[in-house]
Amino acid sequence: MKYDRVTHKKKKNRIKPITSIVLVLVAIMFVIPIIFTICNSFMAESEIAANYGRVFASVTGKGSSKFISETVHLKFIPDMVSFKQYFTVLFNSPDYLLKFWNSVILVVPIVLFQLVVAMLASYGFARYRGRIREIIFFAYIILMLMPYQVTLVPNFFVSEWLGITNTNWAIWLPGIFSPFAVFLLTKCMRRIPAGIIDAARIDGAGEWKIFTKICYPLCKSAVASVCILLFIDYWNMVEQPLILLNDSDMHPLSVFLSKINQGEIGIAFAVATIYMIPTLLVFQYGEEYLVEGITYQGGMKG
Amino acid sequence: MALTMEKKHTSVMTKKLKRKTALFLAPSVGGVATFFVVPFLVVIYYSMVDNPISKNWVFLDNFTSIVQNKAFKLAVTNTVKFSLISVPLIVILSLMVAFALDKNVLAKSQIRSSILSPMMVPIASVILIWQVMFDYNGVVNEIITRFDISKIDWMKSDHAQIVIIILFIWKNLGYNMILFMAAISNIPKDLIEVARLESASDWAIFKTIKIRYLSSTILFVTIMSLINSFKVFREIYLLTGDYPYESLYMMQHYMNNMFAALDYQKLSAAAILMSLVMIVLVGLLFVIENFVGKDLED
Repeated sequence: MKYDRVTHKKKKNRIKPITSIVLVLVAIMFVIPIIFTICNSFMAESEIAANYGRVFASVTGKGSSKFISETVHLKFIPDMVSFKQYFTVLFNSPDYLLKFWNSVILVVPIVLFQLVVAMLASYGFARYRGRIREIIFFAYIILMLMPYQVTLVPNFFVSEWLGITNTNWAIWLPGIFSPFAVFLLTKCMRRIPAGIIDAARIDGAGEWKIFTKICYPLCKSAVASVCILLFIDYWNMVEQPLILLNDSDMHPLSVFLSKINQGEIGIAFAVATIYMIPTLLVFQYGEEYLVEGITYQGGMKG
Repeated sequence: MALTMEKKHTSVMTKKLKRKTALFLAPSVGGVATFFVVPFLVVIYYSMVDNPISKNWVFLDNFTSIVQNKAFKLAVTNTVKFSLISVPLIVILSLMVAFALDKNVLAKSQIRSSILSPMMVPIASVILIWQVMFDYNGVVNEIITRFDISKIDWMKSDHAQIVIIILFIWKNLGYNMILFMAAISNIPKDLIEVARLESASDWAIFKTIKIRYLSSTILFVTIMSLINSFKVFREIYLLTGDYPYESLYMMQHYMNNMFAALDYQKLSAAAILMSLVMIVLVGLLFVIENFVGKDLED
């Protein structure tokens, strides 16, 4: 019996070679597109044209360049590392910087104000649980799960009535009141033991004080998770600007990027890399919060 | 006497609490009402009139006309087809990866990070490599011609959905994997230990313990994946622009056309049909959570 247990334990602790190899391969497949994009951003325009010219020539329909090779090479290491594309993007083509700025201007207020609105609301939902509030909260969950095909229609009508179509407000306002953050933060606040809050109340703390001094600090990590999830979602937005912003000058880079491929493949990789830098930084420093945020979502009920 | 007074006192307290905390809810509820609920009621109204200016009551005519519309039918068929293929695939694959990562493997956290990373990256940034891969003159065709298979025009044939399914799985697998990993770590270890001592086979343990404990998560992930699969328009739009190949024409494309045509009543009717489908799905999610979750909690 004892012997059995020992062997059993040994078997459990041994690293599984085949599973490891398969998983490593899968992991590599998942990061390759990202690494490829970053590597290629350091290639000079002529090198990109030579490698992938055929692909994009067939897109635009004009196979003009004479450097284009017959076959497409998937290349990771540039022949010569060049930063010229980055200079072009950053200093010579205001278009991309402008679109990048559009993205920032659209995303940052939504993330900040949705968090503020949601923190308040989640306190309201968690502190008192009446029948009506449960119904409202349920409605929030349904609304949260609705795809853009549904929610964009009411958003569009409201922005017409308010006369804010084609302004940033048309994206900001529905974004700020979107119920996703409310849902996650309420789940967090409901986990705060009632004893702590009662103790504070008996010591004479008002609702505002309980909220700012107890509930908010206890939910800080959930706030960070929500912040990250909101940021990656809105940084990637495509549907809303397409419908709510007619003027393509106001579009964020997430929409504009798909349109620059044709003429300017040379710098396209550099622009793509610049656009993913903020998300990669967030991932680098906030992966644990991201994971926590996703796990929070599991189990819809509060 | 004392008891009733206390009762009265507490009910006054809860009323006060209710009023005070309602203030916290006010901004959010107000905003949701203005930007989602009230306009949605108008959407319901618009879906039953002939157009928003003359406002003649036509009841369900808009619904019958879009259901018979060819573009709408195409959009629904493609969306359903995409979901039916991609959802089971991604659920099974992510469950497999999560189980594999639960074992003792090398570089566990790095593997987890790698699989999660596509979730972070904006789709627009990686669209270029997808084009390099799946273009007619692209890398994939280059490779298959070496095996004497003739080139496939990936984006402009019925294979286009395959490309989008790969992109969908690449983007969303990490999210599902995290949910499954959390659920797997919640399976009581002693139960499995006991089963082992009773010399139960791995397959028996998997079937009777693991799957049973995971069942509610599996359903949750399935429904979330289904909801995510409705959002695949984003990927398709960025890859193919406004006019994709026929098999990639999705619900959102139809909606965009209706927006462009300012056809408010058909737009409204389509949105309502879609929301009904969603409500059924969400209802299913809750019912299932209630039934499956309960017998395990005790």
